[in-house]
Amino acid sequence: MISLRNVDKNYGSFHVLKDISLDVAQGEKVVVCGPSGSGKSTLIRCINHLEPHDRGEILLDGLTVGAARDVLAVRRTAGMVFQNFNLFPHLTVIENCTLAPKLAHGIPDREARRMAEEYLARVHILDQAWKYPIQLSGGQQQRVAIARALCMKPKVMLFDEPTSALDPEMVGEVLDVMGELAAEGMTMICVTHEMAFARRVADRVVFMDAGRIVEVAPPEQFFAAPQSERARAFLSQISH
Amino acid sequence: MNFDPSTFWEALFSWPFLRGALLTLGLTVAAHMAAILIAVPLAVVLNGPPSALRKLITAYVGFFRAVPTLLQLLFVWNALPQIFPIFREEWFTPFLAAWIALSLNESAYQVEINRAALSSVDGGQMAAGQAIGLKKSHIYRYILLPQALRVALPPTMNEFITLLKLTSLASIISLQELMTVTQINVARTFQFSEYYAVALTWYLVMVYSLMGLQKLVERRFRWASRTEAAALAESRRGRGW
Repeated sequence: MISLRNVDKNYGSFHVLKDISLDVAQGEKVVVCGPSGSGKSTLIRCINHLEPHDRGEILLDGLTVGAARDVLAVRRTAGMVFQNFNLFPHLTVIENCTLAPKLAHGIPDREARRMAEEYLARVHILDQAWKYPIQLSGGQQQRVAIARALCMKPKVMLFDEPTSALDPEMVGEVLDVMGELAAEGMTMICVTHEMAFARRVADRVVFMDAGRIVEVAPPEQFFAAPQSERARAFLSQISH
Repeated sequence: MNFDPSTFWEALFSWPFLRGALLTLGLTVAAHMAAILIAVPLAVVLNGPPSALRKLITAYVGFFRAVPTLLQLLFVWNALPQIFPIFREEWFTPFLAAWIALSLNESAYQVEINRAALSSVDGGQMAAGQAIGLKKSHIYRYILLPQALRVALPPTMNEFITLLKLTSLASIISLQELMTVTQINVARTFQFSEYYAVALTWYLVMVYSLMGLQKLVERRFRWASRTEAAALAESRRGRGW
């Protein structure tokens, strides 16, 4: 479903991604972790071409990421959820969800609303559909952001630290929704520090450091017996 | 006190003053509309990546902000016909000349307002629009510009009010706007206070109506306020979305 081959990226003189190769099969759930500045967010932002990569090849469901003619198709294939939610503040919850289906696919308003209601119900927030984002808590906003992405019927979901900006008591509701999505068979790549979530949901954990993939392993193995010194140091720091 | 109320009331609703006020308002609306139409795409370019076009726009903005408005008016009315014979014909009226000069002048200020308003929109909004697969034009039209409008509205209204009063400069190219009509009547009768009061009244009416309009428009921006968003959501829900 997703295939990265020798991907490189620089921000000016800063080499942010170094020779990244990774394959993600359909239905697979991959958690990406690593210290801050290791290139995790850049990696998933390259997959939907929010960040252009400099060298190497990224394929997404048969599309070539970076090819001008495929840009919109790539982004409609991969839904993305951001750390800061990035809901559209001037639109109500349901309008946030219907905007892209209406504009990108020309779906009529009534049908777009019906579909949005279905997804809002799935993230347990249908009762807030008529509100504006500013009226919602962080956890609620992030669930709306997930519904907004799902409304484009993506084949892959990319999560960029979806719970890092949330108050601790709201992390659970967002992770629950992500877990439900995983259980339904969605292909997911998730940058997160929620190791309990990784243990429970991930098929593989990708550990990055200084722009490289240092280690890829099933969660049981990664958490019980990390192979690299960097991963051991990282895990001892985050699990106190 | 030497103020003749009957002169005041008679002049207030007389056709020359009404026509003068309408001309003032019409010229202001027309010039500001044109200025905004010019300024929005220029601001969008300025908000994008560096380019030769961006330098050109910066130069344009600098030029029209530097040249005095009065000089621009005089140039368009007097010098343009000298350079281009096509402007010597009947259709080139003082209104048209004032409209061209004020539009160009105002567009330079409006570019800066719109650019600042656009850059005030959080960068995550563009990213979110791209991530759900929208085209750039749709992202600007449905996501960035509506949010920028909230920020741009108060300074834009300031500009409108300034422009409304700047139109009085067009009296120098013989446009029969509100101040020209006032000056003519004063020169004829020496009843300064009565006719100045008429002009003042009409300027006040126009500006205050506009401020009322601004308040109405701003009610649509209550989504940005933690305390008022609920009222807007409820009112939209009451009207069936």
